[in-house]
Amino acid sequence: MLKYLEELDLQPVGLAVSKLSRRAFLGTGATFALGVFATRGEAFPKWPTGGEQMPNGLRDDPLIFVSIDPDGTVTLVAHRSEMGTGSRTSLPMVMADEMEADWSRVRIVQAEGDEPKYGNQDTDGSRSMRHHIQAARKIGGSVRHMMQAAAGQEWGVPAEEVVVENHAARHGDKTLGFGELAEVAMALPVPQHDQIAYKSEDQFRYVGKGEVQITDLHDITTGKAVYGADVTVDGMLYAVAARPPVVGGKVLTFDATEAMAVPGVIGVYELPHSIPPAGFAPLGGVAVVAENTWAALQARDRLKIDWEDGPHGGYSSGPFMEAMKATAQDKGNVLRTRGEPAGAFSNASRTFGQTYTQDHMAHIPMEPPVALASVTENGVEIWAPVQSPYTTRTDVAKALEVDPANVRVNVTLLGGGFGRKSKADFVTEAALLSREAGAPVRMQWTREDDIRHCYYHTTSAERIEVALDDAGTVTGWRHNSVAPSILSTFAPDGGHQFHIESGMGHLDMPFDIANVSIENGEAFAHTRIGWFRSVSNIPRAWAIGSFVGDLAAELGKDQREMWLELIGAPRTVDLAAEGYPENFWNYGEPLAEFPIETGRLANVLNVAADGIGYGKDLPDGEAIGLAVHRSFVSYVACAAHVKVQDGKISIPEMHLAIDCGYAANPERIRSQMEGASVMGMTVALNSSITFENGAVEQSNYNDYDVVRSDNFPGSVVTHIIDHPFSVHATGVGEPGVPPVAPAIANGLFLATGQRKRALPMGANV
Amino acid sequence: MTKLMVNGVAREFDGDDSMPLLWALRDSLELPGTKYGCGAGLCGACTVHVDGKAVRACQASVSDVDGKSVTTIEGLDPEGEHRVQQAWRELNVPQCGFCQTGQIMQAAALLEENPKPSDDEILTAMAGNVCRCGCYQRIVQAVRLASTGS
Repeated sequence: MLKYLEELDLQPVGLAVSKLSRRAFLGTGATFALGVFATRGEAFPKWPTGGEQMPNGLRDDPLIFVSIDPDGTVTLVAHRSEMGTGSRTSLPMVMADEMEADWSRVRIVQAEGDEPKYGNQDTDGSRSMRHHIQAARKIGGSVRHMMQAAAGQEWGVPAEEVVVENHAARHGDKTLGFGELAEVAMALPVPQHDQIAYKSEDQFRYVGKGEVQITDLHDITTGKAVYGADVTVDGMLYAVAARPPVVGGKVLTFDATEAMAVPGVIGVYELPHSIPPAGFAPLGGVAVVAENTWAALQARDRLKIDWEDGPHGGYSSGPFMEAMKATAQDKGNVLRTRGEPAGAFSNASRTFGQTYTQDHMAHIPMEPPVALASVTENGVEIWAPVQSPYTTRTDVAKALEVDPANVRVNVTLLGGGFGRKSKADFVTEAALLSREAGAPVRMQWTREDDIRHCYYHTTSAERIEVALDDAGTVTGWRHNSVAPSILSTFAPDGGHQFHIESGMGHLDMPFDIANVSIENGEAFAHTRIGWFRSVSNIPRAWAIGSFVGDLAAELGKDQREMWLELIGAPRTVDLAAEGYPENFWNYGEPLAEFPIETGRLANVLNVAADGIGYGKDLPDGEAIGLAVHRSFVSYVACAAHVKVQDGKISIPEMHLAIDCGYAANPERIRSQMEGASVMGMTVALNSSITFENGAVEQSNYNDYDVVRSDNFPGSVVTHIIDHPFSVHATGVGEPGVPPVAPAIANGLFLATGQRKRALPMGANV
Repeated sequence: MTKLMVNGVAREFDGDDSMPLLWALRDSLELPGTKYGCGAGLCGACTVHVDGKAVRACQASVSDVDGKSVTTIEGLDPEGEHRVQQAWRELNVPQCGFCQTGQIMQAAALLEENPKPSDDEILTAMAGNVCRCGCYQRIVQAVRLASTGS
């Protein structure tokens, strides 16, 4: 997401690093003897991705990512943040496999925030595997060739006669391990992509298998894994803060007398407040710094603060929703026109429309925001669970008015992220307080802080109307999406969504309908709007998916038939012919490589439906609902078996089918789909952040609850569509969530006759 | 001065004995495996054993555990090879992993009390432990695996 804000000059653009720097290392004219891996090495044609266009681009130089000890230990750098998707395991696994390293002898170290060195590190947008799998293969393949060449030199035999396998090079009866070859090998010229004989897919030991455990598994299960609040340094202090209840509000006066009297309190500091649009600048407020967390918490309770609420003190989300629904009824700014929608509606035999809504949501990762900062005259050091360590570094540098070169950001494991930890306001708070207190400071957010001071998922009203002919065929489609924009967090609020948000399931409504009008009505933000896992795809999949169920009922059709009829015959969407705007955002990916293929959409729908046995007889009060959605250039369908008993909604079985191109780590793809089923069910039933007088009304799990083990989707089965490597790997972390809520709503309707059109729909009917 | 056994070792705590056990463990006793998730007994991330029973460390004060025996994830098994930990690894349960120490402590206490819980008993016993990543399916499978070996 950040990248696109940067395109709009709303964020400082990171340092551009010339690709010449790597060539310079190689030396001009350096040549590399082509080797042959085993007997069946092969080339793979590189394809462009949005990765090259991200700030600071991609790196595929093994000298940046790989080091090998004399004992043979291979150390691989994970430069993406680990927040639960498994990228810290999966990308090094690809490197190791292509290298022929033995995974049991691989050690993984986490990169600090340094994009000029590592390339883009912004871990969101479901991009880690999609952007970096080619680079990971190149890194591993290069090292394998360098080992081969080093062994050839050592033995005085042609490199192509040397076989590199399982952490060693062999020739006849001679063997040298990676550790023995490392010093010579790693000093050799690094081969280029087209000089590498890559492994064929059937030669992979780990990739595509799903048999590798996540690298932190033992540490996680023994309590040794290090998250944001688990780093300690000598002399560190502990801070919590009271922040303005209303965004844009500020401290008028405060009295810290009682707070200072709490034993263990070191100091009370006012934090500078920010005026929206403030990006990731902290909200301001009053912070307590103490010798331990408990003292800080007690002292915060004893602060007496008078707040000024500012211009958003009148924000109440209930009336705001009613206003958005009214706006959505009318015509909005037209973003895409196909055919002649006005004519289609005026000539229609009849029309049918419904409005679908969603409340704000907060991410609530299990680990609330937390960061440790040490600011001294020698520099700034940060330890934090952040998705964007380099943006964190530049943000902290800006806030402290220091050179980013003097800021080091160490990335811990993230106890969940979901987009919240892309925004490092909490890290900047820690840095400001460390400077004030003259000691390292850990800033700990409580769960209440997290829920009340989030960058919220937007709230929306989505109006969909169709024109129908005499035969009940859809001849026209109008979808007006009304929601405050993420852009408002970064720039003066124009009241409209921008092309990134419109690209998430709104413009790219996939149905083959002759006349289409995609519209965006006005809505202004009154809180900090940010991205939440799957972002605008959640309300769009909710609206479109629920509408398909509504329309099927209206026309007396079966849901699956309705979906397939609307999707139409398999086609690769021709954007120009279908009236897409030129700035259509395809998740940042070149359309030629990542087209919109409706056959893949229909396929996952059929796979999920067949998997669960759609159409089978079920008792009264039970039914299967279907939904499918393309997001992050992947296609995911959800088939939800919904059961209502004593008014309580449960999901005894759910099938998710995902087409994410080549599946590098099927095991973590399954875990992401299982997780998406749970988060999707929470979105469907529970997640509602409401505002009254500008302030959030929820505070903790008591009033912002999530699906728990007593009612989660049981028997989640994941179907992964099998593809060769040539079908580009696409997103996994986010695309599972959007189809879940509409599938549940469609099942609920068939089970009970009750149609829910507002998210969350509540746990009971 | 509060005296307690932590992971089999006699420890003393001379701070404010109204401090929740959670913060004493994390900030004073250098046992960060017990996690802060909500501070209100609603998420289970801070689950430890007090005299063998699962307790939310954010809801027990240091004075509440005076003279008692506290076990944290660091002390569940000296080698980290408790059958629940093994089952967790066997099934690759965690995603982000943050809640997992609390989940494991809750599951271990359940199996101590009820070695062969029914599925419903597992679901109910684990319902106080939130996992935002949504690992519940594997958590339940892992508890069952630790209980029955399958």
